Amino acid sequence: MKGVRVLVGTKKGAFILTSSKKRQSWKIEGPHFAGWEIYHMTGSPADPDRLYVSQTSSWFGQVIQRSNDGGKTWETVGNEFKYKGEAGQHQWYDGSLKPWEFKRVWHIEPSLTDPDTAYAGVEDAAIFRTTDGGKSWEELPGLRQHGSGPQWAPGAGGMCLHTILLDPARPERMTIAISAAGVFRSEDHGKTWTPSNKGLVSQYIPDPTAEVGHCVHRIASHPDRPDVLFMQKHWDVMRSDDAGANWYEISGDLPTDFGFPIAVHAHEPETIYVVPIKSDSEHYPPDGKLRVYRSRKGGNEWKALTKGLPQKNCYVNVLRDAMSVDRHDPCGIYFGTTGGQVYASADDGNTWQTIAGHLPAVLSVEVQSLS
Amino acid sequence: MIRVQLPAPLRRLTKTEGLVELEVSAPVTQRKLLDALESRYPMLRGTTRDQHTQRRRAYVRFFACGEDLSDASPDVPLPAEVAVGKEPFLVVGALAGG
Repeated sequence: MKGVRVLVGTKKGAFILTSSKKRQSWKIEGPHFAGWEIYHMTGSPADPDRLYVSQTSSWFGQVIQRSNDGGKTWETVGNEFKYKGEAGQHQWYDGSLKPWEFKRVWHIEPSLTDPDTAYAGVEDAAIFRTTDGGKSWEELPGLRQHGSGPQWAPGAGGMCLHTILLDPARPERMTIAISAAGVFRSEDHGKTWTPSNKGLVSQYIPDPTAEVGHCVHRIASHPDRPDVLFMQKHWDVMRSDDAGANWYEISGDLPTDFGFPIAVHAHEPETIYVVPIKSDSEHYPPDGKLRVYRSRKGGNEWKALTKGLPQKNCYVNVLRDAMSVDRHDPCGIYFGTTGGQVYASADDGNTWQTIAGHLPAVLSVEVQSLS
Repeated sequence: MIRVQLPAPLRRLTKTEGLVELEVSAPVTQRKLLDALESRYPMLRGTTRDQHTQRRRAYVRFFACGEDLSDASPDVPLPAEVAVGKEPFLVVGALAGG
């Protein structure tokens, strides 16, 4: 097909939304894997019809689904995520130490060049890789065994590795983020890792400028400028111009700098999007108004985007993996809410339409531009 | 023929309806039954018991003949009525949540 395919993971199944390049009328198909939590569904940049799904349940554990035909048919593939060597211990909420225990896959990041290779970010935090299309998964243990593990702690959602950035210019470089440990970078295909949290200040941890322990919610970059990273932290929107070596704050005039997702415009590397949330204990938009904020200057100066979004009595959240952009021109912006709405803009965020209104709570949104 | 009743989420995963029937050699134990189940339906690996430790998942329970067998040794023979297929072995998702 041509046009756009939006892959939506929800608390009770997966949905696939499709449209032409105009992105005005939408077809909703699903639920796939009904009743299961779909933490993430995504496609391979090298083969858009190769899809991977993290299907999970507190009752029945982890399942990975794969499609080779854009979601028409599915097959279960490997779901064994075994930590290499000694599992080790991390901090628990009360400050005690707890052994690493696999719970679920939060995020799957397919290779930029090989449909059979993908990375999985899991809870308890670790990174795994498949090179056989998901049949088997092998941990890259250098991250978990970095040595700072006893200082890692779970965020409210669990100790999850939720972001994996692959650098198109340097295949050996990978950048990941863990809540709540922070950002780590590898320059050797994931063999060894170093913390990349200099400049982050988190008042809610014992040492606000600690090397690790920060609750990073999401990081994003533009493929043409992979050294520029944007971060939505628990509080604070941050930026790095040196691939994460140093961070500085760009919250600027946002009404609140708490939030979960952050996204970069497909064609304008200095244009970024966030969804401000009132506070860490009030996970809904300020004043009951759902507003996406856009900065065209790489941060600090923000504009509220409201046309087509509810501007009263709106108390939903937008989770960290639930915002994405397409590659068309003008750029399409998409996000899903815990209230089950999926909103889309086909004009850089200027106006929005509801493309799904009554889904289960949305956990993830990914977009494929098909040609 | 052993008969196994799966909970709805696992019936959807295996694309089965009603009871699943399995051949299991005597003596029929929980471990051999689950081994046979996972051999026939590989997508069930890890869904009722941990793939590494073989421990039952916390929110999964096993029942048969009106008895809760969840904490029984996996190597103890199951009731004769299960072994001859008269009574089903029930895999149950615990009632948890609101």
